[in-house]
Amino acid sequence: MALVLNNVSKVFEDNGKATLNNVSLRIELGEFLCVVGRSGCGKSTLLHLIAGLERPTEGEITLNGVPVTGPGADRTVMFQEHALFPWRNVIENVTFGMEMTGVPKEVQEKRAATYLEMMGLTEYSKYAIHQLSGGMRQRVALARAFCMDSEILLMDEPFSALDKQTSNRLRKELQDIWMKTGKTVFFITHSVEEAVYLGDRVVVMSAREGNIREIVPISLKRPREIYEEDFIRYRHKILDEIQGEDERR
Amino acid sequence: MKTTKKAMSGLQQILFLGGLLLLWQVVYTVGVDGLSMWKSYAMPSPVGVAKSFLSLMESGSLVSAVGNSLARGAVGYGLSVVLGGILGVLMSHFSFLKRNVRPLVMGIQTLPSVCWVPFSILWFGLSQTAILFVVVMGSAFSMSLAFDNAISGVPPIYKKAALTMGAQPGQIYRKVIFPACLPELISGLKQGWSFAWRALMSGEVMTTSVGLGQTLIMGRNLADINQVMLVMVVIVLSGILIDQGVFRTMEKRILKKRGLL
Repeated sequence: MALVLNNVSKVFEDNGKATLNNVSLRIELGEFLCVVGRSGCGKSTLLHLIAGLERPTEGEITLNGVPVTGPGADRTVMFQEHALFPWRNVIENVTFGMEMTGVPKEVQEKRAATYLEMMGLTEYSKYAIHQLSGGMRQRVALARAFCMDSEILLMDEPFSALDKQTSNRLRKELQDIWMKTGKTVFFITHSVEEAVYLGDRVVVMSAREGNIREIVPISLKRPREIYEEDFIRYRHKILDEIQGEDERR
Repeated sequence: MKTTKKAMSGLQQILFLGGLLLLWQVVYTVGVDGLSMWKSYAMPSPVGVAKSFLSLMESGSLVSAVGNSLARGAVGYGLSVVLGGILGVLMSHFSFLKRNVRPLVMGIQTLPSVCWVPFSILWFGLSQTAILFVVVMGSAFSMSLAFDNAISGVPPIYKKAALTMGAQPGQIYRKVIFPACLPELISGLKQGWSFAWRALMSGEVMTTSVGLGQTLIMGRNLADINQVMLVMVVIVLSGILIDQGVFRTMEKRILKKRGLL
């Protein structure tokens, strides 16, 4: 069982250029897959296609053998901007998706409490969103996403709008929560360090070809440390892949 | 500290209004009684308005006029919100309607409500329905535009996020779009109320149903300029009362909850 992309292409009508060109990829369930690449390489488009928010021009995406035809609760997205609802407080935001899909009230409360606890948000559960800092808001968004119990979580540069310290802390928390839950995560980032820190595999996208340039498996044990020699070696390898494209241009 | 400041500014306002009334009375006394520049039936005075107020209160006709007008206004406004709201939601949902109907609605909305009076009399006679027709035509289109604007202003990311959390179209409207557009919608609804209230007066002056508009016309027919002035003041005050008491309170509550105030 897996999420499979089969020769997927995406051409946007306004410029007629292929943002994605014949991409094939298989994401195993339970895997943490990171995607890096320059801006404009189509990594965000890839996420929107998997989410079902956009339709591929050609090719097919299947989740556990079932074609993806539109957005659904089995592929929850966490966005760069928290996308929390300002008219709901913290706990109401976390339970939103479960309300939509008809999860029983007791289960909602139990699951929300579990993830709020994991994110250190228990005492903030009745707070309004505007009372929280940027980092806290992304924590709420993480709790909300994990509560959905989706087959796969799609994360679109969730920490890139935060300051460095906060984003470092949050990626560590994400690693912890992922190690506990074993969810499948499709994670887009422009930070190579973040990708090597979090990913089981790192997909390097090519902006020129609109395709996958290289897939680098990261065989570092978890929890990872960014100052270890092997970590730095992986970082350089992936950076070289991204920069190599510029030199040959 | 803050309360004394507030009390001071309140006191200032009262003094200013009091001064204005006094000035008005002086102008009246000099102009009408002293120099006979104006006829007394063409120039109201604060004392005259107060007398008119007392006599209309005594007979109870002012209270019933205000009550009738507010009740009629509420019914007309309610109809307007429902009908205009439905059209607004449809316009925001279907791009075909947005392209073709919205310009028409914007055009009709600029029409002063009094322009609907001839139609309403021909279709409904001098009846309650005729007044309601003028109110609805005078405010429903502004309501449509308010709904359409408010819904279009909802950040698309809310809808996207809800869709990927399994929300169905009905849930999107009830649980996302409606609450998301509320702050914007409230200010549109508030403006709609002022349109409805004005339209109501245009409608009421043409019929003989008890109400503020009809009390105003009665004042004109009796050549009682003080009564006319009194009704004008009451119309302004009732409008402000609803605006502040109902809409401003709702707005404040919604904005406060979201940290926008």
